[in-house]
Amino acid sequence: MNDMDAVKKGAEAYEAGVEKSLGKFPERKKDFVTGSKAPVARLYTPVDTAKIDYLRDIGFPGEYPYTRGVQNTMYRGRFWTMRQYAGFSTAEESNKRYKFLLEQGTTGLSVAFDLPTQIGYDSDHALSQGEVGKVGVAIDSLADMEILFDGIPLDKVSTSMTINAPASVLLAMYIAVAEKQGVGADKLNGTIQNDILKEYVARGTYIFPPEPSMRLITDIFAYCSKEVPNWNTISISGYHIREAGSTASQEVAFTIADGIAYVEAAVKAGLDVDDFAPRLSFFFNAHNDLFEEVAKFRAARRVWAKLMKERFGAKNPKSWMLRFHTQTGGSTLTAQQPDNNIVRVAIQTLAAVLGGTQSLHTNSKDEALALPTEDSVRIALRTQQIVAYESGAAETVDPLAGSYYVESLTERIQAEAESYIAKIDSLGGAVKAIEKGYVQQEIQDAAYAYQMDVESGERVVVGMNKFQIKEAPPKGLLRVDPIVGEQQAAKLKALRAKRDQAKVDAALAAVKAAAAGGDNLMPPILAAVKAYATLGEICDVMRGVFGEYQQKVIL
Amino acid sequence: MERKIRVLVAKPGLDGHDRGAKVIARALRDAGMEVIYTGLRQTPEQIVGAAIQEDVDVVAMSILSGAHNHLFPRVVDLLKEKGVDDVLVIGGGVIPDDDIPGLKAAGIAEVFTPGTPTSVTIDYIKQNLKRKA
Amino acid sequence: MAHAPLLAERARAQDARAVARLISMVEREDGSRLPELKALHQWTGRAHVIGITGPPGAGKSTLTDKLVAELRGRGRTVGVVAIDPSSPFTGGAILGDRIRMNRHATDEGVFIRSLATRGHLGGLSRATAETVRVLDAAGYQDIIIETVGVGQSEVDVVRLADTIVLVSVPGLGDDIQAIKAGVMEIGDVFCVNKADKDGAERVIREIRAMLETAVLNGAATRFSELYGALAAMGLGPDAKAGPGPGAGEASFAGAAAADEDAAGGYFQAGAAHHIANQARGHDELALPPVLATVAETGQGIKELVDAIKAHEAGLAATGLLAKRRVENLAWELGKAAADRILSGLEADERRGYLRAQAEAVLGKKTDFYDALEAIAQSLRAGS
Repeated sequence: MNDMDAVKKGAEAYEAGVEKSLGKFPERKKDFVTGSKAPVARLYTPVDTAKIDYLRDIGFPGEYPYTRGVQNTMYRGRFWTMRQYAGFSTAEESNKRYKFLLEQGTTGLSVAFDLPTQIGYDSDHALSQGEVGKVGVAIDSLADMEILFDGIPLDKVSTSMTINAPASVLLAMYIAVAEKQGVGADKLNGTIQNDILKEYVARGTYIFPPEPSMRLITDIFAYCSKEVPNWNTISISGYHIREAGSTASQEVAFTIADGIAYVEAAVKAGLDVDDFAPRLSFFFNAHNDLFEEVAKFRAARRVWAKLMKERFGAKNPKSWMLRFHTQTGGSTLTAQQPDNNIVRVAIQTLAAVLGGTQSLHTNSKDEALALPTEDSVRIALRTQQIVAYESGAAETVDPLAGSYYVESLTERIQAEAESYIAKIDSLGGAVKAIEKGYVQQEIQDAAYAYQMDVESGERVVVGMNKFQIKEAPPKGLLRVDPIVGEQQAAKLKALRAKRDQAKVDAALAAVKAAAAGGDNLMPPILAAVKAYATLGEICDVMRGVFGEYQQKVIL
Repeated sequence: MERKIRVLVAKPGLDGHDRGAKVIARALRDAGMEVIYTGLRQTPEQIVGAAIQEDVDVVAMSILSGAHNHLFPRVVDLLKEKGVDDVLVIGGGVIPDDDIPGLKAAGIAEVFTPGTPTSVTIDYIKQNLKRKA
Repeated sequence: MAHAPLLAERARAQDARAVARLISMVEREDGSRLPELKALHQWTGRAHVIGITGPPGAGKSTLTDKLVAELRGRGRTVGVVAIDPSSPFTGGAILGDRIRMNRHATDEGVFIRSLATRGHLGGLSRATAETVRVLDAAGYQDIIIETVGVGQSEVDVVRLADTIVLVSVPGLGDDIQAIKAGVMEIGDVFCVNKADKDGAERVIREIRAMLETAVLNGAATRFSELYGALAAMGLGPDAKAGPGPGAGEASFAGAAAADEDAAGGYFQAGAAHHIANQARGHDELALPPVLATVAETGQGIKELVDAIKAHEAGLAATGLLAKRRVENLAWELGKAAADRILSGLEADERRGYLRAQAEAVLGKKTDFYDALEAIAQSLRAGS
């Protein structure tokens, strides 16, 4: 054991000695800060971690409070799922990309939908102009979904779908495709993002106001707990909050505050916490400050476990575990000298792995310029494979535990997150805090401060505000053929001519009745999807009943 | 009284990534300009209607979804249709370099790609206003 | 530079660009606006000017958006003047009211203009008045002024309006405190927005209590003046009171029925409270409408517009509209004159003169009152 008094004296002597020599050997700058602008001390010693009780605060992997990870052997058992987010253009094109990725060794699919799909408009809607197939694949009906997963056995892959406001419709399509493949819903593995609250504050693909949106979410929880038991019904996302400019602590705090709101809504809807909580999953960002990011993941697990156990009285250990997907930080990529992004992504990958992620998407180097090409997607995937197989980071569990610095950072992020959560509670919870614009304001202030630090040069971004070079414009970027919009519109026209319209009308009427009443919306949506009602038609019916969300902007 | 530079900051299309638009709105405000902010999901028609009614000097648009080649020129065309020729139209977002000449030919005065300091945009606006006091 | 009032001509034809350009000239106090505004003068005075005021966060923009939609549905053309604060540090501003209203940007029958306070609230009421006159002359039939918040400066701005809607909202803490009695007295129609939130009933009760207190204290309120005039015409409480549909509660049905005699409609909207008042023993108390709205869903908007329109009809029927406009314009002229005198005093050469007078007072060469008289004389001579 350390003699804490002696260590303390030693640390003081060290600081005093350094202060004396600073005149001759000054440090690079006056204030050292983390990537999120939190102060960093010169040296961390046992004094900084003296208040930590190992068994209470850190514990063992696979045990409460899960600071060291949710599985007992972590990556010694199996690597994280290497899951590359992909999708663009038509279902046919995306299907090809998925098959390419599976051949290259990805172990899970991650579907990107285009914006009209994410906002519940068909490809031929006026607002869809110019957007069809751009940031993801265009899905208008079950017919497109059948093509998207053609030749991909849905009982063998796990599929993550980045879909929120119309999540129930896309999940219903997935279930329907599986059924056609002869795969029962109980055999399906995967995730829908289904996290509307962060759409309001950071990502913008909302449709309905908070109240009906929360109901759609709890309907999915209830339906899946019985019918699709292995499905992750939500991926509570800090990723986009961070991309919108938040700090690491805010990312943890606002994500978990959203999580609290979902749990409360589900409990209020009559569900037992242990029936749905084990299927809640999370989605975080990985930025460049390696140690702060690792600490962030560790703190998030601890905060969530404590909340679920103490505040919500969950009894099932699976309810306490914060399982998460990670994506490397899109906003950290530079358009300048894009090859440098490979290095950034490597650091971020290491952060996610040292932080104990369950799955990971690595960004491609060209994403600040356009959609990634196959070559750059391959490098991104290889980055994960190098960290997995060559770096040694996956050979032991939570290798950074016990670092005075990392444990101090973990404590700090936990404390900051808990203080934000208390503030949000005092405002009446996440939904109210969002309605008041509080969360948006906090994120924007951080985003603006970051931008000003970059512009003043206080924060160096290599290749962008320092070490610039003259560059030729990058070549060979991926382009989506603008014809996709017309193709989808033609497909829709043919579909509407071919399908049994009476059946569609009846199915849509049933969706409307369920929306206006209180019945679970999943069964009528599934029936409507199977009748080849389009995504836009189903969402329009719900728009009619629920109304549309109006953005709350505080600048 | 001194002439205030009025800027419409708009997000055309469906993409919800408004971090850049909000940061630039604040930076323009801090540079003493009056910023009319429209929020997300604006059609070119709405942007042009607002630009005319607000009598802005500048229309600044941001798109990260890749729909810029469709939506930016549409705004310029609609302004022309309405007889507006003295408004500076600029764009920003994830825009490949290859697209920039085409956008400029379509009447987008300047395109700002990721990493552009807000001060560059501010200076550009101050030096390139089509209307003088 | 003198030029023919060309913009005025185009504005008269509802050319949005000309209207917009004129408003910009108004905003920067461009001297060349004067011939244009003079040319437009004969076409002013026809619009119904509606002021919307209330604390920040009351949902005024969303409410305005819905009012525009409802008025458009009734075939009216609508102008909106939305005011946001300028930064006192940089002089810049972010004008965000359009976020809620921009769906109307493609409707030719709607003209929305955002004004920044530009650091001088006195000048703002003038710019707002001139903007309203431009929109009025351009033929917009209803003109909504939406203020920044509540306070004396907002009172100055909304007193340009024929009908003032005071918006409150539950959940702002001591929100009623924000609506000081003085501001309360300028309201013609009271609206509790976000009425689906907890505490709405309490806010409604508190507003009624404050209105009752104001009436009992004999405070000079705008609404009591109208009530007096309506009563004198036989449209008073006794003539119309009765438990009609929705009476007895501030409900969505609490405002005037469309087929009611328009002038009595304002009273009818307040009748609900009359019933409540009778129960409390002050049966002569006539209170203005206190309506519940949920702007986000559109609940109560139709009734709010009914009440606003009934108020206008009441003003017209009693002749108070003309009287009020005289008062408002007299006030505006007084302010403008005072501003002009003030700017005369603030001119550099005048400052020297004032200093000389001050020195003379301090040197006992003259006294304060003689010096004041001399300054007043010189102002008169100089103007």
